[in-house]
Amino acid sequence: MAVLPAQFFDWFARRGWSIHPHQQIMLDRADAPALLLIAPTGGGKTLAGFLPTLAELADDHHHGLHTLYISPLKALAADIRRNLGVPIDEMKLPIRVEDRTGDTTQTQKKRQRADPPHILLTTPESLALLLSYEDAPRMFSNLQRVVVDEIHALAESKRGDQLMLGLARLQRHCPNLRRVGLSATVENPKAIAAYLARHPDPCEIVQADPGPDPDISMLKTREPPPWAGGGAAYAIAAVLEEVRRHRTTLIFHNTRAQAEIFFYNLWQVNTDNLPIGIHHGSLDREQRQRVEAAMVRGDLRAIVCTGSLDLGIDWGDVDLVIQVGAPKNVKRLVQRIGRANHRYNAPSKALLVPANRFEVVECVAALQAVKEHDLDGEPRGRGPRDVLCQHIMIIACAGPFGADALYQEVITAGAYADLTRPDFNDCLEFVATGGYALRAYDRWQRLQQRPDGLWQLRDPRQAQRIRMNIGTIQDTDTLKVRLKNRMGGQPLGEVEEAFAATLTPGDTFVIGGQVVRYETLREMTVEVSKDPGRKPRFAVFSGTKFATSTQLSERILRMFQQDSWPDLPRHTTEWLTLQREVSQLPQADRLLVESFPHDGRAHTCIYGFAGRNAMQTLGLLVTQRMERLGLHPMGFVATDYATLIWGLDAVIDARALLQADTLQEAFQTWLQGNAVMKRTFRGSAIIAGMIERRTTQGKRSGRQATFSSDILYDTLIKYDPEHLMLQIAREEAMKGLVDYGRIEDMLRRTDGRIDHVTLARLPPLAAPLLLEISKVPIHGAATERLLAESSAQLLSAAGLS
Amino acid sequence: MKLASEGSAGQEQRMNGCVFRFAGSDLTAFASGALWWAAKRILVVSDLHLGKSDRIARRGGPMLPPYEVRDTLSRLENDIHHTCAETVICLGDSFDDLEAAEALTDQPKAWISRLQSGRRWIWIEGNHDDGPTALGGAHLPEFWVAPLTFRHIADPAKNAEISGHYHPKTTLRAKGQSITRACFLYDDVRVIMPAYGTYTGGLRSNDAALISVMKPPTMAILTGPNPVKFPIRS
Repeated sequence: MAVLPAQFFDWFARRGWSIHPHQQIMLDRADAPALLLIAPTGGGKTLAGFLPTLAELADDHHHGLHTLYISPLKALAADIRRNLGVPIDEMKLPIRVEDRTGDTTQTQKKRQRADPPHILLTTPESLALLLSYEDAPRMFSNLQRVVVDEIHALAESKRGDQLMLGLARLQRHCPNLRRVGLSATVENPKAIAAYLARHPDPCEIVQADPGPDPDISMLKTREPPPWAGGGAAYAIAAVLEEVRRHRTTLIFHNTRAQAEIFFYNLWQVNTDNLPIGIHHGSLDREQRQRVEAAMVRGDLRAIVCTGSLDLGIDWGDVDLVIQVGAPKNVKRLVQRIGRANHRYNAPSKALLVPANRFEVVECVAALQAVKEHDLDGEPRGRGPRDVLCQHIMIIACAGPFGADALYQEVITAGAYADLTRPDFNDCLEFVATGGYALRAYDRWQRLQQRPDGLWQLRDPRQAQRIRMNIGTIQDTDTLKVRLKNRMGGQPLGEVEEAFAATLTPGDTFVIGGQVVRYETLREMTVEVSKDPGRKPRFAVFSGTKFATSTQLSERILRMFQQDSWPDLPRHTTEWLTLQREVSQLPQADRLLVESFPHDGRAHTCIYGFAGRNAMQTLGLLVTQRMERLGLHPMGFVATDYATLIWGLDAVIDARALLQADTLQEAFQTWLQGNAVMKRTFRGSAIIAGMIERRTTQGKRSGRQATFSSDILYDTLIKYDPEHLMLQIAREEAMKGLVDYGRIEDMLRRTDGRIDHVTLARLPPLAAPLLLEISKVPIHGAATERLLAESSAQLLSAAGLS
Repeated sequence: MKLASEGSAGQEQRMNGCVFRFAGSDLTAFASGALWWAAKRILVVSDLHLGKSDRIARRGGPMLPPYEVRDTLSRLENDIHHTCAETVICLGDSFDDLEAAEALTDQPKAWISRLQSGRRWIWIEGNHDDGPTALGGAHLPEFWVAPLTFRHIADPAKNAEISGHYHPKTTLRAKGQSITRACFLYDDVRVIMPAYGTYTGGLRSNDAALISVMKPPTMAILTGPNPVKFPIRS
């Protein structure tokens, strides 16, 4: 057993603490090349990660950087710096700790490179930037340990892939580097371990005591949830009552728009003026920090929030977590529940609030899954090549490199372990020349091969442009919202450009719980004034819509096959029983399709249970096919479970519509012109460096000169359809917003076993879908007709013709 | 508002255009962004920005798909073919810069000569290409065919003028959806043409720069499969 230096024991003793078993194991195994700690929130995870560093640094013999700590959140880095300061000061340890994020000043950053602290706390993007400097080998020459916090969250995103490529590079500068990962509870620790370790090195996994099971149930309300919709307005009074009965409550929502609506509604009935705040990613940073600070001071009774509070600072005072809306994903639910009662060994308390009748079923399924410790997770798949392209650029910034050596280095990152040499070469070729079938850039290529075979930047000045565009976080194009006044006005947050485009002066909308009136758009800022009087609209934010996980969907399908449902409330069992009587309930290995007339239109409902993104894609594909078959589809709506299509003619042969090969064919044509696909392409093109988000002239200056990335996509499809960027975009379309992979899973699962039920009227399970709001009209010729009509109206309104 | 082109062969696809009356002449705004003056058999295109991808890469920027010259020229060829234009006026910024014009490979150069043969071809100088190039055709600061003057940048003091430069675009809201496309703008005294080049962006019609040039009532003609005209707010 490794022994802590004496001053540590004294310090622990003075505080009345004893070392947790998993903290001791981390100390014992401090020499392991890779170590993954899985511990619940509040389990002293961070200290467990840092104890070996503090112990090793206590004797004052180390020069330069010893430990690099990487967190997905800037705020977390600053918070850890404060927290580490306490033991370091009190034990008078000779350790310098600093953080380095996008918020650090230029002078500080410069100094850190010349004279690095013992412990540097940073983010994946800041590390990538450090690695792009020529002096990186010197800065990291003495590095001993790297601690990756919240690795479960990083491993789900391209930020994690970038980080792991960065670690592969670091390991070259310091071969004895030891890697430590800190993770919340996950379904597959081995996958995270393989992600963290240098491939093919083993990685030990340390499991902390998970603590007692959470106390979790569904919120009881007087009123049953509505048939459809997502706001959970029916539960406002009951939620407020819970807030009143607890010290501090976190109220999680799945989308920012829903959080805004709920917050607004909550305050309409908050007659006691309980201090309740709102926190989400689109609010201004200052606003968010104010809410966080108020929370730390214990001034708030509740925060309405989104995933922006999934990670981050521990608030010991939270004694209740409320999840509004279907949890969608059991793992995230468990992690959210862990936000309550951060004291170790106290059960977390949580309530689920289904927003509609179907979500009641999903909530009960999720409750069972939590009880059975059955977490979900999709395997990550291989490391994305757009991130690799950016990595190659970063390496090139640091100096000349050899292709063989870089390839060998890249495949030591777990996610890229099975990257083939030809795939690597394609990425290098793309970075060097653009990778086009038409070789147009021989004179201007970005990388050049020197006579000695090494690759280098053609123009060293390009390094600055590349550094400005480092990172893999995909933000949507947003506009800042600001109160209008002479002094410039208070910043409120941001809305997406697409939403801003729908505003006309005088429109009111809600941001940060305030109703504001749109005044003008000035220099890419939406100027608003306060207007509490009128009924507002709600900003819509795309991108944060999670799909219900495969595991949870399967669980729901299994529940449907029960003879009775003692766990479900009566209103829901009656609904399901009625469905069973008039039609049938969907099954896992069959595909239920119902066709019925309603409101003068033919309707068809496909119960694919593939998650909302895939069901949306399915709707687009099937209606396209129906259009070609002359069935005149008019629109559809998709949820996590089903797609409901309406049109003029009834579907007689559902099998023909849902055949795997015809769908696959339709998918390929559809990809070409699809808006979601273009967005996917844009994201990858930015990461890979085909599109620069930031230029030296300032962000997106001269709108006249910049053109839409859709044009690049169209041009590539037309002239270079096998280009690397299109290959990457197609790969991305298998998941994410297009999620075609889950359609394929659904087709495999049901394997042509289609139950097509024809009914005389609307069946119970399909009824809520009719009330869903996000209906998709079928375009094509319709858009042009709409244009002609609207322009004619405008002409006649203006007295012209 | 649709117009079947009077092109020669019957098998050719119909060209959609929107005819409007300007300075006593009937002009047709084509879906492609080209302007057709049928009475004089003049085809006008503006802001081709040929060689844009080359210029961006030369200056150390990203290497964009190098196909925009090919795409722009094939669309231009299509419009010339359909109209059998006797005169083609390129209204300035035909090249992203003069170096880009020189950097054109033999294939697009030959293509341009082919398009030029048998017709009069005018290159108006723009702010991106303010000098002559080695390509055929006349290079002029502006061009006059009574009663219209063709120049690159609108001159607020003049009238009966056709210009480009600003790359106007505008948004039409129709039943909850908004459609933004490049557009022609015109008032009583001038027409501002959309950019024709494949790699060109747009400036909103309510941008101060455009508002200061156009006088109300301003009309817009949206490009796209079926060009439509409507009045815009200023």
